[in-house]
Amino acid sequence: MLTTIAFLLPLPPLAAFAVTLLFTRRSRFLSTVAAVGMLALSFAGALILIGGALQRGDLALHPLAQSVEWIPAAAGNGAGQGALRIGVLVDGLTVLTLFFVACTLLAIFVYSIGYHHYGQPAGEEDVPGLPPRGAPAQESGGPHRVPSVEPLYSRFFAFISLFAFGMLLLVLSDNLVTLFIGWEVMGLCSYLLIGFWFARESARHAAVKAFLVTRVGDVLMLLGLALCWQFSGSLSLREILGAGNLERMAQSPSGVLGLSAAGLAALLLLAGTVGKSAQWPLHVWLPDAMEGPTPVSALIHAATMVSAGVYLLLRVAPLLSAAGSPATGLSAFIGAFTALLAATIALTQNDIKRVLAYSTISQLGYMVAAVGIGAYAAAAFHLAMHAFFKALLFLGAGSVVHGVERGAMRAGAHAEAQDMRAMGGLAGRMPLTFAAFLAGGLSLAGFPLLTAGFWSKDAILTSAFNTSTLVFLALALAALLTAFYTGRQLTLVFLGEPRSEAARLASEPSRWMLAPLGVLAAFAVAAGWAGIPKDFPVIGGLLPNWIDSLLSPGTGVLSGSVITRLMETRSPICCTLVAPEAAPFSYGSMLLSVAVSLGGLLLGWLAYRNFRAGRKDPLESFLGRAYGFIQAGYRFDDLYRIAFIAPVRWIADRLVSDWIDRRILDGALHAIGRAATGLGRALRRWIDLPVINGTADRVADETKRAGGELRALQSGRVQEYLLIGLIAFAACGAALLYRMMTMP
Amino acid sequence: MIPLSWYLLFAAALFAIGLYGAIARRNALAALMGIELMLNAVAINLVAFWRYLAPAQMNGQVFAIVLLAVAAADTAVGLALIISVYRLQKTVLPEETDLLRG
Repeated sequence: MLTTIAFLLPLPPLAAFAVTLLFTRRSRFLSTVAAVGMLALSFAGALILIGGALQRGDLALHPLAQSVEWIPAAAGNGAGQGALRIGVLVDGLTVLTLFFVACTLLAIFVYSIGYHHYGQPAGEEDVPGLPPRGAPAQESGGPHRVPSVEPLYSRFFAFISLFAFGMLLLVLSDNLVTLFIGWEVMGLCSYLLIGFWFARESARHAAVKAFLVTRVGDVLMLLGLALCWQFSGSLSLREILGAGNLERMAQSPSGVLGLSAAGLAALLLLAGTVGKSAQWPLHVWLPDAMEGPTPVSALIHAATMVSAGVYLLLRVAPLLSAAGSPATGLSAFIGAFTALLAATIALTQNDIKRVLAYSTISQLGYMVAAVGIGAYAAAAFHLAMHAFFKALLFLGAGSVVHGVERGAMRAGAHAEAQDMRAMGGLAGRMPLTFAAFLAGGLSLAGFPLLTAGFWSKDAILTSAFNTSTLVFLALALAALLTAFYTGRQLTLVFLGEPRSEAARLASEPSRWMLAPLGVLAAFAVAAGWAGIPKDFPVIGGLLPNWIDSLLSPGTGVLSGSVITRLMETRSPICCTLVAPEAAPFSYGSMLLSVAVSLGGLLLGWLAYRNFRAGRKDPLESFLGRAYGFIQAGYRFDDLYRIAFIAPVRWIADRLVSDWIDRRILDGALHAIGRAATGLGRALRRWIDLPVINGTADRVADETKRAGGELRALQSGRVQEYLLIGLIAFAACGAALLYRMMTMP
Repeated sequence: MIPLSWYLLFAAALFAIGLYGAIARRNALAALMGIELMLNAVAINLVAFWRYLAPAQMNGQVFAIVLLAVAAADTAVGLALIISVYRLQKTVLPEETDLLRG
C-alpha cells in the first residue's frame, strides 16, 4: 500500500503537465485547477506516505523499499542479475526531503497564482515572452494602471508541474537511473523557466548558460553512473551501497589518477552536485538564473532543484565514506570555499534577488562542506531548513517586487523594481510581507534559539568545530557575512525612509501570495525546533530531536567508521543516511555562532540605516576598488569567457567551420558533386541525346510525316470512301481471282 | 423457263447501276436511291437462287423479306441523317459535307 503510493506519487503532476499543455491551455482557471489540484493530490499522498513510514520506526535499517524489473535484457558484468531494476526507497532522508519538497512545492504553486495576477485583466500591450506591463483601470481615485495577468499563464503551470514530477521522482528513486531522469527533467524545467520571459535577451542567455553549465556536472555524473554500473553491475542504490560492494569498489583500482573505483565514482557524483547545487567552480549560472519569474527562483533555484545536488551527496554518503579522503576532502573544501566566496559577493549585490541567489550558493556550500566533514545529519537538517527559509525569502522578495511595481504604476513612474537602493521603508507599507521576510531573514542569519536556521547552522558549525578547524573558521566567517548581508538587505528594503516614489506607494500583494508566505514563515521559524540537540543547555531535551532519530539508525547515533559498522551488521540495506557520532555540544562554537549572527545583523543595520539614494554604498568606500571586482562576482564570468568560451568559439569558428567544414568536408563534397555533374553531362551528350532522344524523335517524326501523307485519303466525303472501298474490293477480288486461276 | 443466268445478269446490272448512283450522284437522296437499288439487286439474286436451286426450302424467301425490312430501316435512317445534315449545313450534297476531313 505505502509502496504503491510511493510509486504513484510523482505521476499526478506529470498528468497535470500533459493535460495543461494539451487541453486546458486556453483556460487559466482549468490550468490552475489541474496543476494545483494534481499537486495537492501528490501532497496528500506524500503526507500519508510520510506518516506511514514514520510509524514503521527504525527507517534507517529497514527502509520502505520495492523495485520492479525495468529493462530485462540489460546484462551487466559482475554481481548484477542482468536486469535494470527501478523502484522506490523511503528512508529517513527521503521522508525529510519529501516533506520539505511537498510543502514548498504546494506553497509556491499557490503563490504562483497570485504572482501571475490570476483574475486581473489582460494588458493591451502584453506579449507572450515578456512580463505583463499592466492594464488601465478605472477605480476609485481616477484612472490608473493595475497589474495585468501573465500572457503565458497556463504554460507556467505546465512547466512547474513537470518540474514537480522530476523532483518527486528524484526523491523517491531507489536507483541512480530514475534519479538521474528526475535530475535531468528538472534541468530541462530550469532551462524552460529561466527562459520563461524569452523575449528578453538576458533571459535567453541566462537559460542557455544555466543549461550548459549544469551540463558540465551532469556529464561527469553520468560517467559516475557508468562507473557504478561497471563495478557493481547494478544501478540500484541498495546494491551499490551494500557493504560488500562498497568494500569491493574501495579496493579495486579505477585506473585514473591512482584512485579507487569508489573514489572516482564519488568524485564524479560530486561533480554532478557541484553543477546542480551551483558550487564553485560551476556556481556562475545561479545568479543569472534570477531572470526567471520569482516563484521559479524560489522553487527551483532555492528550495528544491539546487537541493537535489546535496540530496544526491547525502544519498550516496556511504560511498563517500568508503571513498575516503579525495572525495570528502574536496567536498569539504569546495563547500567551505563556496560558502565564503558567495557570501562575500552577496554583500555587494544591489538586486534583491541576486543577493538571495548568492546566499543560496553560500548556504548550499555549507551543506556540501558538512557532507565533506561527515556531518550528514546536520547537512540534511540544514537542507530542509534552508529550503523553507530560502523559499520564504524568495517569495517575500517577489512580493516586495510586486509591491514596488504596483507602487510605480500608481505613481505613474518607471521603477527598477528589484533594486534595493530604490526601496526602503517598506515595513510600513507592507507589514505582512515584512513580517514574513523578517522571519526568513533571521532564520538565514541564524538568529539564536528562535529560528530554524540557527539550529541547523549550529549543527553544522558544531560538527566542523570538532573535525576541522579550517572548515570551521571558513564557515563561521561565512556565517558572519551571511548575517551582515541579511541585515543589510532587511535595512535597505524595509527600514528607513522610502527612497523612491514607487516604494512610497508600494502595497501588499494578494492573499494568494500572502498565505504561502505565512505558512513558510511558520516553518522557517518552528521547523528547527525538531532538531534541537539533546545536550543543549536548558532547552535541550524539552522537545524530542526528531531529525536525529529520523536520520540515525537504532539508538540514534552510529559509532565508529561507517564502513566498519555496515560490515559488522552485514545489513543488506545500508544506503540510508548513516550519521557518524553526533558532535558533542560545545560552548565555544555555540557562543561564536550566536555572536556572528547577532553581530552580523547589527553591523548590517548600523552600516545601512542611514543609506540615502544616490549615495555611495558604505562597503564601497570601505573596500575601494576591490568592491567593483567583488560585485562582478570576482569576474568568474569573464574568466570563463576567456578561458573556455573564447577557445571553444575559436575552435568552432576557425578550425571546425572554416577548415574542417568548409575546406575539407565541403571540398570533398564539391569534388563529388563536380564529378557527378561531369558524368551526367557526358551521359547526356553521348548516350541520351543521340541514341535515346534520336530514336524517339525519329519515330515521332516519321509517324507524323506518314500521317500527313495519309491525310489526303481522309477527305471527309462519304462517296469517296465508297469509291475507295470499291477499288480496294476490286483489287482484292482481282488478286483472289488471279490466285485461284493460277493455282493448280 | 427463263434460265437462271438471266436473272443473275439482270441483278448484276441493277447492282452496277445502283453502285454508280451511290458513288457518282451529287445529291444525297439520289445516292440513297442507289443504295436501295443495290439492296434490291441482292434481293433478286436471293429469290432467283431460291427458285432455281432449292425451291423446297423457304430460306431464300425469308431472307428476301428480312432484307426488305432492313432496306426500309436503312432508308429511314438515311433520310433522317440527310435531314439532320441539311438542318446543320443547309445542304444535301455529300461533297460539301466534309466535317470529318483529315
